[in-house]
This record gives sequence, C-alpha cells and structure tokens, in this order.
Amino acid sequence: MIENWPILSFVTFLPLIGVLFLFLIRGDEETVARNSRSVALLFTIGTFLVSLLLWTNFDNTTADFQFVEERAWLLGGINYRMGVDGISLLFVILTTFLMPICILASWKAITNRVRDYMIAFLMLETLMIGVFCAQDLVLFYLFFEAGLIPMYLIIGVWGGARKVYASYKFFLYTLLGSVLMLLAMIAMYLETGTTSIPELLAYDFDPGLQTWLWLAFFASFAVKMPMWPVHTWLPDAHVEAPTAGSVILAGVLLKMGGYGFLRFSIPMFPVASDYFTPLVFGMSAIAVIYTSLVALRQEDMKKLIAYSSVAHMGFVTIGLFAFNQQGIEGSIFQMLSHGIVSGALFLCVGVVYDRMHTREIARYGGLVNRMPAYALVFMIFTMASVGLPGTSGFVGELLVLVGAFEASTLIAALAATGLILGAAYMLYLYRAVVFGELDKEDLKDILDLEKREVIIFVPLIAVVMWMGIYPEPFLDVLHVSVENLMTNFEADLANYHGTVTTMIAEGAE
Amino acid sequence: MESLASAIVELILAVGAMALLMVGVFSGSSAFKTVSLLSIGVLVIAILGAATLPTSTVVTYGGLFVVDGFAAFNKILILLGSALALVMSIDYLRKENLARFEFAILVLLATLGMTMMVSANNLIALYLGIELQSLALYVLAAINRDSSKATEAGLKYFVLGALSSGMLLYGSSLIYGFSGSLEFSDIMAAAAASDDTSFGLLFGLVFLLAGLAFKISAAPFHMWTPDVYEGAPTPVTAFFAGAPKVAAMALLIRVLFDAIPGLMNDWQQIIIFLAMASMAVGAFFALVQTNIKRLMAFSSISHVGFALVGLSSADQAGVGSVLIYLSIYLVMNIGTFALILSMRRKEGMAEDISDLAGLGRTRPAMALYLAVFLFSLAGIPPLAGFFGKFFVLMQAINAGHITLAIFGVIMSVIGAFYYLRIFKIMYFDAPVAEFDVGPSRALNIVSSATAVLVVAYALWPTLLNNAAMAAAGTLF
Repeated sequence: MIENWPILSFVTFLPLIGVLFLFLIRGDEETVARNSRSVALLFTIGTFLVSLLLWTNFDNTTADFQFVEERAWLLGGINYRMGVDGISLLFVILTTFLMPICILASWKAITNRVRDYMIAFLMLETLMIGVFCAQDLVLFYLFFEAGLIPMYLIIGVWGGARKVYASYKFFLYTLLGSVLMLLAMIAMYLETGTTSIPELLAYDFDPGLQTWLWLAFFASFAVKMPMWPVHTWLPDAHVEAPTAGSVILAGVLLKMGGYGFLRFSIPMFPVASDYFTPLVFGMSAIAVIYTSLVALRQEDMKKLIAYSSVAHMGFVTIGLFAFNQQGIEGSIFQMLSHGIVSGALFLCVGVVYDRMHTREIARYGGLVNRMPAYALVFMIFTMASVGLPGTSGFVGELLVLVGAFEASTLIAALAATGLILGAAYMLYLYRAVVFGELDKEDLKDILDLEKREVIIFVPLIAVVMWMGIYPEPFLDVLHVSVENLMTNFEADLANYHGTVTTMIAEGAE
Repeated sequence: MESLASAIVELILAVGAMALLMVGVFSGSSAFKTVSLLSIGVLVIAILGAATLPTSTVVTYGGLFVVDGFAAFNKILILLGSALALVMSIDYLRKENLARFEFAILVLLATLGMTMMVSANNLIALYLGIELQSLALYVLAAINRDSSKATEAGLKYFVLGALSSGMLLYGSSLIYGFSGSLEFSDIMAAAAASDDTSFGLLFGLVFLLAGLAFKISAAPFHMWTPDVYEGAPTPVTAFFAGAPKVAAMALLIRVLFDAIPGLMNDWQQIIIFLAMASMAVGAFFALVQTNIKRLMAFSSISHVGFALVGLSSADQAGVGSVLIYLSIYLVMNIGTFALILSMRRKEGMAEDISDLAGLGRTRPAMALYLAVFLFSLAGIPPLAGFFGKFFVLMQAINAGHITLAIFGVIMSVIGAFYYLRIFKIMYFDAPVAEFDVGPSRALNIVSSATAVLVVAYALWPTLLNNAAMAAAGTLF
C-alpha cells in the first residue's frame, strides 16, 4: 500500500504541518493556550499512528534501507535521501511514542507562552525523526544540528532558575562537538564524491584517514551521548529543563549519539573503531562507576536521574564496542528501554514537582501514605531502571553483559559493578521519597495521581513490561540489520589485517 | 555599440544620478520623496539592464573595462543591496530630520563606483571605481552633520580610507614599475614570464592587497569598521555592510585571478592570514559589545573572514563558494538591519542590545525574524547561513587547509555565543520599554521577504548555487 508513497517524509514533516496550524490559532491567551495543547496532541498522536504503519510494513528479513526516497538537492552527490533500516526504525517509533506523552505531561505544568512551547516541541519532533531517517550525511547533519534550536528554547524559556547557564552550556557544548563532525563529513564527501549513507557504508576508507574521521565523529557523538568526561552539560540541562524537555532529552536526544556510532563510526570506520576500542571501554567504565557514585551523593532528584543516564549510556557504549551481535542488539535495546524508563522517571519527578515545586530529595518522604498509585508507578520504573527481570531494563543489560563478557572479562566485571551501584542509588532515591515517616507538614495533603497522569503512565508501563517479558518483536526488527553490520565489520577488519600481514610478510622478504 | 551595451548598468546609473540631481535641485521641498523613489526606480532599471549583460567575456574601452558572467552576477547583487538599503532608509531619514534628496543621489553614485570596480580590468579603472565609491560613502557616513558621532565617523572613515587608497596606489605604482603595464592581462603575462617572481612585484602586491583588505574590512585592517558602523546613521550602516563589501570582494577576486594568478602561492598565504585574523577578531571582539550596530560591525568582519576561507582554494569552485557566501550574507544582513531600523520608540531609535529584552513577548513577529537571522548568521542549519559556511569550508578542506577549516569552525562556535546572547535577551529576559512606534511597511516587507529567503534557501539551493558557479566559471 505504501510502497510508492513518501511515508518517511510524511512522518517527518507531519509535526511541521502542526506548527503551521499553531500559527493560525487566534483568540485571547486562554483560548490560544487551550487550542495549542489540543492541536499539538492531535498531531503528535497522528504522527505516532502513521509511524506505526512503518513498523507494520517493515520487512524484517532484509538489511537494506526501506521506504527509500531520493530527490536532487544541494550539489552533485548531496541529495535529499530518506530511508530506515532495522537499526533506525525503532528509534523513530520511540520518538513518536514519547511525543504525545510529553505534550500531555506539559498540559498543566506549562502555562506561560503555551503556543510557542508547542511549536518548539513539534519542530523538535520533526528534526528528531529526520535524524533517524536521513540517508545523507548533510541532511543528517542538518537535522542533528537544527535540533539544538528548539531544545535551547525549551530549556531557556521554560526552564528553572539557572536556565540561561544551562541552555548556553547545552548549545555550545553540542555545537562544538558537531562542527568537527561537519568537517569530517566534508572530507568524506571530497574523498568519495557522495554523501549517500548507503554508498559510504560500502566504501572502504583508507585506515589512516579513518582514524581522523573517527575522532571527529567521536567528538560529536561522545558529547551527545554523553560520555565521561564531556557529560557535564547533561545534569545542568536536565535539572533546568521543564519535565517534558527532560523526557525528550533523556529519551531521544541522547540516543542520537548511540545511533551515530552505529550508523557512522562502527560500519564506516571499522579499523579505527577497533583501534579505539580500549579508549571507549575505558571512558565507558569510568562513566559507569564514577557517575554511579556521583549519583549516590545527589540531593536533587533530577540530577540523580541525569547521572544515572550517563551511567546507563556507559553501558550502551560498552555494548556497541563489544562488536558482537549480543552486545550491539543489547545496546540498542538498552537505548530504547532507557529512553522510556528514564523518560518515565523524569515524569515521576515531574508529578511531585508540579505539586511541591521542589526536587530536593530531603523535602520528601513517606509519600506512599498519601499517594499509593504514584508509589506503585514509581516502583515499576525504579525496578526497570535497576534492571529487574521482567522489565525492559533487564533484557538490555543482560545482552550487553553477555556481549561485553565475550569481548573482555574485565570490562564485563566493571560494568556489572555499575549494576550494583545502580541498584544502590535508585533504591536510595525510592526509599527516601516514597517510604519512611510522612512527617513534612506540607506533604500531608498531597494528592495522588490524577486521570491525566494515569493516562500518561499506563502506556509507558505497558511498553516496559512488554519489552521485558516478550522482547522478540523488537529484537526481530534488529536481527538482520545488526547481523549485516557485524558481517561487514568483520569482513572489513579481516581484510585490513590481511593486507597488513601481507605487507609485513613482503617487508620481511 | 558593443561597448555601450556592455556598460549599460553604468550608463543607467550615471545618467540617472545626474538627472535626479537636477530634479532635486529644481523641485524644492518635495524633492526628497520624489528623488528617493526615482532612485529606487533607477536601480531597478539597472538590475534589468544587468540581466541583459553578456555572460561571455567582453573587454572594451581600450582594455579598461571588462564584462563577464562574474561581473554581471556581482552587479546584480550590488544593485539589489543598494536598492534595498534605499528602500529601508526613506522612513528613517524622514523621522530623523535628515530628509535630504542628496542621500539617494550619493547612494546612486556610490553604486556606480561599485559597478565600475566589479568591471575593472586595469589598475587605473580599479582606482577610479574605488575612489568614486569611497568619496560618496565618506559623505554618506557624515550626512547627519549635526551629530558629532556621525561627523567623527565620516572623518575617521575618510582619513583611514585615504590612507588605504594611498597604499593601494603605492602598490599599483610598484606593480606598474615592475611589470610595465597597468592592464591585468599584461601584469599576469609579466609575472608569468620570469621564472622567479621579482621582489618588487611582490612588494607591490602586498600593498595592493592591504589596500583592498581595508575596503573589505578584513582584520588587521578593520579598525575603522566598528566606529563608522556605530557613528553613521543606521540606514547608511545597512548600506555599508552590504553592497560595498560585495563590490570590494569582487574586485579582490578579480585582481587575484585576472592579474596575479601566477603569484598564487604568495597571495594564498596572505588570504589565509587575513581570513584567520578576521574570523578571530570578529568572534572575540563581538563578545563584549553592547551596541547592536557595533556588534554587526564585528559580525561583518568575521563574515568577511569566512568568505576569504573560500578563496583559500584558489579555483573556480572556491570563487563560486565565495559568491554563494556573499549572496547569502547580503540577504541576512539586509534583513537584520531592517529589524535594527525597526527598533524605534517615541523618543527615538534604540541601539543597545539590552533594548531588545523581552521582544519575544512584546513583538513576536519581529523577534521571530531576528531569531531567524541570528541563527543564520551563526551558521546553524537549516538556515541559509549554514550552507554558506558549508561551501567555503568545503573549499578549504578540498585545498588541504585543514587547520584553517578547524580554526574557522571553532571561531564560528565562539561567534554563536554572541548571537545566542541576543536571542537570550529577546526570549528569556523580562521585557523593557516596548518599541511603541511601528516599523514602516517597507521595513516589514524587507524583513519578512529576506527571512523567507533565508529559510527557503534549503528547499531550493540549486537556484543560487548554479548561478554562482556559472558566474565563477567565467573568470577561469
């Protein structure tokens, strides 16, 4: 049905059409705000439904890009190309799934300049989907970089007390990382005469050049991911961003780094990726252990979850650079799971923040007495974050650990240490907020989840359980693409080592 | 006949300027509006004339004057820049009691000088064009003679401009002495004839380039720019930042590729130095500015630096990328100045960046346009400014100047900081006194049309790209 229909462009730009509608809304401030919310919700749900068509029509048996569109654009070789494969499809779905939830989460929390807020979110959605669908380097960069503008606005306008500092830091950090990537992209274009990602995937870059290109891409993705030691923008951005901004930041924007590694660094520069594996492992292991310890000492709920994100992303990079099927599939799964779980945890923080206007852990305690439903929801996501079997977190972590163990026992041991620490800080947070004596005066009349909040959490819980209990539908999408990735990677690497061995042999003669 | 046809733009401008001068002198008090509108008409006719110019190379007037696709492209840019600057100036001049018809005439004469610069094929023609342009610009800078700031700006511009003209002349005379000719093609032949470049010719070249660097306000010859931009009346600043930059850059390219391509290894180093210095000066000095016109001065310096990056590859694609960059820069710049001109309260113009506080709430449309231009100037995709930077950086990497490219992107990140600062003031800060005088319809049209262009470039980039590349092709 959708063979000849530019469905990817449609999914990508549908939210932008919503932006046009938002511009058209007229009336007094109250009307505009109300209608803006409805329009934004409608369009994000619409986008989600259309994106489900992608999934149902997706062919699991091929590693080729599907729903491909191509149009002449900038220069010879730089075209407008869209397409998804098993690796990118689920990220698109993740984005479209989280968006309506974000809009709902902002329903009451945002009262100031609602229309502008919704415009920023819908624009951000277009750009995020575009990142995962773009099959051209320049197009990818365009979406990747343009996403900074709406996110900068979301933090800067609707953020907390230190919003200006946080928004600057976010913008400049990520910009500095990505301009180097831009130069690497130009160099790749000049080398190959094309920016088509499928063609570049097939191209063998000179190993010497690979090193430089890899480093330039790494500068961008490591900041985005974020990896230790360039993660410091994340806690600031998270703490200051409004709840929905944090959800999108943790849920989707961080995943762009991991996606970038999968799409560019590993398949295009296999030799360099192999060469730099110890560096990545080292940085990831520090991230897992160090940021987990830092998370243990946090007094701000959002900051704690932000640091836990850095630790979880450390897991992801370990899995990616284990270079085996389990590791990579586990990483992707972990990213999807983390996208939903950490998003949900930020929403949990948002629930109490909306009521008490503080995120300080010490200001809470004993919430279970007044908010049993909230306690249950928070518990589920805490467990998912810790990686309890039956939740999505378990599947990803297990696969990553298996993959890492194959690559190096040491790194698997270090990663496992992180798991224990992860359980420590999450349970600490949960105990401090939910259990204990309800002795704070102002907490005594706090209200439990309202209907809107229940509607937000139900789909999230359902997906977390589904991914935990029956992960096959998700992994099925991944299998062939990841397998293809690994086959090519190993072939390239073997080829390179073969050449080196011959050269040494020739030198010896 | 051929020589007349090839100078059609200059003829229209010269005849138009002289005729309008008469109209102005004899029509008394209502002259300002008539002459301004007619001048815009003259510029529009000149654009139509420029569209008829041959795209193949025609050298005429005894080798003084050259017309080719490159000249035609730049003439259209220059005329557009001048016409839009005039459109934006009318309302301002009337409100500031500067409604003198001479303003439009001077703009026409300056434009005439610029179009001659673009078509210069000889060192004398080059100098003539520059002087005609500069003298008109000196007067324009000081046109508000009751303001000490504007007079200071005019005087400063004049003194430094005269100094640069002197350097240019000195360089020209050395080149003449060591090559035996004033004509570009002969200079090229003379430079190519000897195996090792004569020291005198090189010496002359350095002076010539220094003189031209003054005109494009590339660092370290940029000192006059911030003061003149700040002191001159805003529409004059808007004019200065657009068309004259394009003209001087086109002239520089003409000299580099028509007269001294043989000395490429020598001038490439100079261009790279100018590019790096300009980007750095533009990025760092802009950080501390509080006056928006001064900020735009440093922004223009850094943009000139970026445009020069494109020249570092010294080939057709490089020149093409510079032309793309200049076109995009011109549009962004005109749009930004249209908004700066809209910063008006009952008690007068506002020029401080802090006056923009809360603009996102008090004037959402104006803030949105300004945001578009700021992000475009900063080079954030998908706006046009990004593609300009993309093309010039590609040239630098293609020519192997990796350090230059890395330096450039780092400077652009630093530059992004001060554009973001304006953005932050507009959207994050609490509103101050509102701009209670609405902008004129002309300003609204200019700012919205340029904003649309900046956004729409990403959708149809080939329109401009192909034209620029074809124009660059006629130089080689």
